[in-house]
Amino acid sequence: MRGRPGLITDYRREMAVFPSNTSAAWFGMLVVVLFWLGLNLPADLALLGATAAVASVGAIGLNIVTGWAGQISLGHAFFLGLGAYSGAVLGGDSGGRVTGYGWEMILWLPAAGLVAAAAGLLVAPLAFRLKGLYLAFVTLGLVFIGDHIFREYKSMTGGQGVGRSAAPAEIFGWELGKDGNVLGVFLEKEQKFYFFGLLLLLVMGLLAKNMVRSRIGRALGAIRDRDIAAEISGVPLARYKVIAFVVSSFYAGIAGAVLWMFIGFIEPSEFNLLLSIEYIAMVLIGGVATISGSIMGATFITFLPRIVDWASGFLPFISDSLTEGVLTAPQVEEMLFGALIIVFLIVEPLGLYGLWIRIRNYFKAWPFSF
Amino acid sequence: MTEFLQATVRGISTGSIYGLLALGFVIIYKSTQVLSFAQRGLTILGAFWGVYFASELDLNFWIAAPLAIAFAGVLGVTIERLILRPMVGKPVFSVAILTIGLDIILVVIAANLISVNIRTVNDPWGLKTVSFGDVVIPQKDVATIIAAALSLVLFTLFFRYSRFGLAMRATAADQEVSLAQGITVTRVFASSWALAAMLAALAGILLGAGTGVAPALGTKAIRALPAAVVGGLDSITGAIVGGLLIGLIEGYVTIYQADYLGFLGNNFSDVVAWVVMFAVLLVRPYGLFGTREVERV
Repeated sequence: MRGRPGLITDYRREMAVFPSNTSAAWFGMLVVVLFWLGLNLPADLALLGATAAVASVGAIGLNIVTGWAGQISLGHAFFLGLGAYSGAVLGGDSGGRVTGYGWEMILWLPAAGLVAAAAGLLVAPLAFRLKGLYLAFVTLGLVFIGDHIFREYKSMTGGQGVGRSAAPAEIFGWELGKDGNVLGVFLEKEQKFYFFGLLLLLVMGLLAKNMVRSRIGRALGAIRDRDIAAEISGVPLARYKVIAFVVSSFYAGIAGAVLWMFIGFIEPSEFNLLLSIEYIAMVLIGGVATISGSIMGATFITFLPRIVDWASGFLPFISDSLTEGVLTAPQVEEMLFGALIIVFLIVEPLGLYGLWIRIRNYFKAWPFSF
Repeated sequence: MTEFLQATVRGISTGSIYGLLALGFVIIYKSTQVLSFAQRGLTILGAFWGVYFASELDLNFWIAAPLAIAFAGVLGVTIERLILRPMVGKPVFSVAILTIGLDIILVVIAANLISVNIRTVNDPWGLKTVSFGDVVIPQKDVATIIAAALSLVLFTLFFRYSRFGLAMRATAADQEVSLAQGITVTRVFASSWALAAMLAALAGILLGAGTGVAPALGTKAIRALPAAVVGGLDSITGAIVGGLLIGLIEGYVTIYQADYLGFLGNNFSDVVAWVVMFAVLLVRPYGLFGTREVERV
């Protein structure tokens, strides 16, 4: 693309996955760097990277329903939990108190998404019966009721304080959960997770990107901006709200199943309001209605505990125990979620994505101010 | 029968606490069009002020409680000025999420201040009970019902007869028109947050009376949200009715569910509020008393 890459003259380019060949090249380089990192990162960072990649899948899901379709969903934790448990029940072994069917990953992974999507389909009718604010409460209620079900349905979840093991990490005969050779390269368990997460994110991210730049994405955006106007222009509200919810919960289901596969163990009280808020924070901090923003936000939030941990080394008011210092590290993290949500909403509603655009534009125009 | 009556009083007592919280919620929603998820945080923090004045400064409960409530009011104004004011005119959606962020911060601060010990507000009732025949009722429940009823009457009088109450009602009806009539709308915003924070503090102190204040009382405070929704987000009557309804249902479920609907699991009373909310919203999408939104194109 020579000449003026910023000038967009036709609709096809406006809607393209990559606005120019340059950006496609940058993207390719980014992927190469990420793969190179996977081979060289220490185990703990590789695991964080893997978690960030899969959390991005979940955040993209939430962004579809909240960012594009404009329906506040506080219920993402419920769908994540549903995915995690579907994976564990379908893929796990039956033994002791919990049931399991021992399916292959290639079966249980999509199935986990589908179970969550089915739940989304059940919730969706409420979404077109109720509007905006009331919907937020319904999804909030979903988290609490889901939390109750997860605690009490003991043959599925093991019950509170007991938990169950998650689905085994094995695909096409490759043991992801153990160190070993893959295609002739020795990889640690965390590195395998990292590559798996990265591939999953690539596939799911591209799928989502293609969905939001199609007819569906435009319809969802129209519903968000003005639902009545959208309906008058011939967008069937009910159908597209259902699509948004189903796709979003499918993504959440997949993300939940894989995230807890990494952890290896599911404790039923994890799927609470705070988890939902974490995902809301990812979407808001990253950037509403952008795929790359979701990924940035998810990565940032996933690495936040690590950053706080590192900062506690030289910030004396953060401590590890409840009795020393002013705040404990988990408390600081929680407060940072809250504070970041507030700051980004007030100062930069476009999130990290908006910050990135600003920085890019600054350097594009440098040394001029505009 | 005794059991039933005790559950009823219990339910009314919890219900009036939900009612107070839901009332604060509705006041904020009506006058500023902000959906506040921060009610939980304000409740715990309010309870902490109660603890602070009563057990750390060793004041009499009757002095400590009003002081704590006044303090909470100041905090409410501060929050509105610093955090909510920059968001005036932004989409309701963003502001609602902002209050979630606010709530997290308040909860962490309060939990940190309260720390791990259970603290008391030095209330005169403790675990004492009164009995009417066979029916044994904790004194605390009676006090809660009376306090809630009193503050309700005060609020009604305030809205009905005071000049400022009128200004608040006018702002709720139409912001622009009331601006044109010379009402300082920003002051109305600030005072509605102050009122909500004070109600939350009162509810927090009442919740903490008897058993003590722990960060866990937030799990109870959050159930005022379904109560507000059941009643209808913009109805004061709805807030009270919704609160009492949820409280009563919870009271009965606590007692009878294990015997009759055991398959629903332990502690089902903790989530029944949300189930009721689902049921009500399916039938009446705007709650029991909420006004139907009419949208202009």
